[in-house]
Amino acid sequence: MSTGPVPKPIAGPSNFIDERIGAGTFLKRNLRKVFPDHWSFLLGEIALYSFIILLLTGTFLTFFFKPSMGHTVYEGSYDALKGVTMSEAYASSLHISFDIRGGLLMRQMHHWAALLFTAGMMVHALRVFFTGAYRKPRELNWLIGVLLLTLALLEGLTGYSLPDDLLSGAGLRITEGVAISLPLVGTWITFFLFGGEYPGEDVISRFYSLHILLIPGILLALITAHMILMWVQKHTQMPGKGRTNENVVGAPFYPAFMAKAGAYFMFTFGVIALLGTFAQINPIWLFGPYNPANISAGSQPDFYMGFLEGALRLMPAWEINLFGGSGGTLPMNVLIPALVPMGIIMTGLALYPFLEQWVTGDRREHHVVDRPRNNPHRTSIGMSAITFYGLLWLLGANDEIAAFFSVSLNWTTYVGRVLIFVGPFLAYVITYRTCLGLQRKDADIIGHGVESGVIKRLPSGEYIEVHVPPHPAIEALMRDKKPVPIIAGADSDDPDGDGIPSKGMRSPLGKLRAKMSKAYGGEKIALTDGHAHGHEEHAAVGSGEDDKPSLTH
Amino acid sequence: MTDNNHDIEQPEERVPRRVIGTPSPAAGNSLLGAEEPATEEVDVPGVVLQDERTAKKGEKFAALLFVIAFLSGLGFIVSYVVFQVGDVEKTQVSNLALGGTLTLTLLALAAGIVVWVRLIMPKYSLVQERHPMVSDPEAREYVGETFLQGAKESGITKRPLLRRTLLIAAAPLGVAPLVLLRDLGPPHTNFPSKLRHTVWGEKTKDGKPRKLVVEGTGAPIRAADFNSPGGILSVVPEGFEHDLNALAKATLILIKFRPEEIKSGTNKNWAPNSIVAYSKICTHVGCPAALYEQTTHHILCPCHQSTFDAADGAKVIFGPAARPLPQLPIAVDSEGYLVATADFAVPVGPSFWERGDAEAEVREKGGHA
Ligand code: HEM
Ligand code: FES
Repeated sequence: MSTGPVPKPIAGPSNFIDERIGAGTFLKRNLRKVFPDHWSFLLGEIALYSFIILLLTGTFLTFFFKPSMGHTVYEGSYDALKGVTMSEAYASSLHISFDIRGGLLMRQMHHWAALLFTAGMMVHALRVFFTGAYRKPRELNWLIGVLLLTLALLEGLTGYSLPDDLLSGAGLRITEGVAISLPLVGTWITFFLFGGEYPGEDVISRFYSLHILLIPGILLALITAHMILMWVQKHTQMPGKGRTNENVVGAPFYPAFMAKAGAYFMFTFGVIALLGTFAQINPIWLFGPYNPANISAGSQPDFYMGFLEGALRLMPAWEINLFGGSGGTLPMNVLIPALVPMGIIMTGLALYPFLEQWVTGDRREHHVVDRPRNNPHRTSIGMSAITFYGLLWLLGANDEIAAFFSVSLNWTTYVGRVLIFVGPFLAYVITYRTCLGLQRKDADIIGHGVESGVIKRLPSGEYIEVHVPPHPAIEALMRDKKPVPIIAGADSDDPDGDGIPSKGMRSPLGKLRAKMSKAYGGEKIALTDGHAHGHEEHAAVGSGEDDKPSLTH
Repeated sequence: MTDNNHDIEQPEERVPRRVIGTPSPAAGNSLLGAEEPATEEVDVPGVVLQDERTAKKGEKFAALLFVIAFLSGLGFIVSYVVFQVGDVEKTQVSNLALGGTLTLTLLALAAGIVVWVRLIMPKYSLVQERHPMVSDPEAREYVGETFLQGAKESGITKRPLLRRTLLIAAAPLGVAPLVLLRDLGPPHTNFPSKLRHTVWGEKTKDGKPRKLVVEGTGAPIRAADFNSPGGILSVVPEGFEHDLNALAKATLILIKFRPEEIKSGTNKNWAPNSIVAYSKICTHVGCPAALYEQTTHHILCPCHQSTFDAADGAKVIFGPAARPLPQLPIAVDSEGYLVATADFAVPVGPSFWERGDAEAEVREKGGHA
């Protein structure tokens, strides 16, 4: 099975290219780059491919869409709106839907791809968070990711406003109401955004250039940077047999990974086409043209805006007037829900890698990811954040919930106001307990093996279930567990006792850091707690493996 | 052929080994599975070839899927020509045909490639080394030195005049784009005063008070005709029926009460025949508060469910809105039509920084908000 000479049609062009840019050297190093495999590594790819599909379908839409708020009388082929005065933007969206072959498909695919793009990014970010894949050296890519997520929300918001139907207008109106509530700059921001009073005649064309040029341009640049960093730093891998912090185990880029990626792109594309064909989305013709005097009941934003909507609904009425009748109005009922949840989530995401580093003192590179159970505090923090976000998101549809369960609408709000504080706390406690429980189970399996289902009768007459050693792959996964590092000296009450800690540790902040480090890190349930008997050589997992003794407990 | 030694230049003998095989250990990442160039892939550890029977099966299966993709792709093109659009039903059929064939093409293609990877390509478990991201100390030192030396050579460190004037030169250029954005906004920056007024405060061209007209039909409203208690109308200002900017502030919700239902929060002087007009623009973030519950007199905003008591000055009884919906002073003109006698006493719609507690100010002056 010799590979033989390269065929002429390939040799010719590659020779041409190589003589001009020396591509061979690059390819030599990269063609067989190894990519580790795990289903959860595909989540980011969903987002990537959805973005490409957004570019393709979006470009098609730009050929027909007219980003103008100028008035026109609809004369297209949708009967119910014939003769109605509307904006050019809305008329052209109807035109795309009913008079361009494939237009409706492209519109629906564009919208579905937008949902898949944001959802894909969110789930991908959660994977990275819970496995600790954001740790050194990948903090930069994590920050790029947080930026991408923020920009995607903006991109979705501007896109949703473009068709200028009644539903998109409601979203725009809320955006305006929130923007104008900002202290000092609110009126300036809105009058500059809308070119005067709301709604004006400018906002659609301005959102258009943001939506199809500025934000996608930045997204594309950031996504490229994201990919380059991933390529340079190599993908993280799941713990397992033969996988260490110093290697990558998996399939080569060429041909296997490339083919798989191609298939996955086609698959994402196909699923979006399927949704665009069979699942109607944003049927703008049913809503009618935008008019600030009207609203369709039960209007809902796209899912990624739901948490802001929920926050707005949840907040009690509260307005402060600093200077009485002459100004200084702070509508806290708008400011808090618009800024605080988003602020907590985005800032929290951006800072987490650095806060964790500060608390654990861990400045090493990490290429083998954690199983979520093995860093219980991180996992619990993540779960409380999900609960916080999820509750807000659910409450963004509290009218639907109230109708569905036939409960009072107002009660969903009252209950929500309590849950938003209690829920994350409960999620923390439950997750923490669950993680420790799972760690204990692992220790048990390592110590006693797995139940085989075979019952044996002992000579004494007693029945026992035979335990067998776990599958080597599973065992390797479990044995990879390492204690979460603790900063030097944090585990002794008298920091001067062991001589290591610096002066910084004695300041109030230093003491807090030491306390947090001790709580956050360490080995909660050692694998040896399961009373290992066979694999003594592994019994002290986690201790002595690191060259820095201070990092272990 | 040229005489230098790039790898791809002598494809006949060299490329196959380089492309399929491993980079030489000198390249740094040596352990692509084997030290030896893998002209015989069988020998490469971590690469397990498929047996020929499986591969053969895979080939047939993948080919079938690719043929399906091809046919369905043709179907897409045919559908484009055959199915026209033009009304809802036709569009639906066209959408189904185009979308269905596109979906099938893409999914069949995806499935075909998966079969190819799974059944024909080898199973891989290659191992590659990782190296710490940090560069080696010599390189860092070299870069540091070179950087400083370059700075020195350029003179930027030694010549403060050069440095400072360069910075000064850049400053206006940096601000220029911001200056250019000035005309995004209107020329006059009397934003608060604009927000305080609606077209209800303007008389009509012939100097008469502005009539309330029904939204949609544009018909003026005769007080005597709007006479069944519990009745409600969405109302816009005469002459501005299609002016979205005017409507965004001036739209009203008009409610007919029984006289005894009206409570003290509502200004009865502005309620001719027990007809009351409130701003329809929610004081939360500006959605039209469009829902009305007759029995309880509740106005409900569908956006975030702020609930206002229409019988009692539209005060907030639930939800995030912090202020009542402002009441418009209305009266019946000589012909019996409802007209606005003045503008709202306070700004309508969402709060803004310069607004202040306008309601308290009006009350202080003895008025009614
Ligand atoms: C990258 C993320 C993007 C997101 C999240 C996004 C989201 C959206 C959404 C939600 C809509 C409303 C769709 C509807 O009519 O139902 C929309 C409309 C639109 N988008 Fe995008 N989009 C993205 C990228 C793009 C790009 C790259 C382009 C162009 C190159 C584009 C062009 C358009 C156009 C022209 C419309 C209006 C079409 C219409 O509504 O009929 N979009 N976008
Ligand atoms: S806009 Fe009316 S409740 Fe929010």
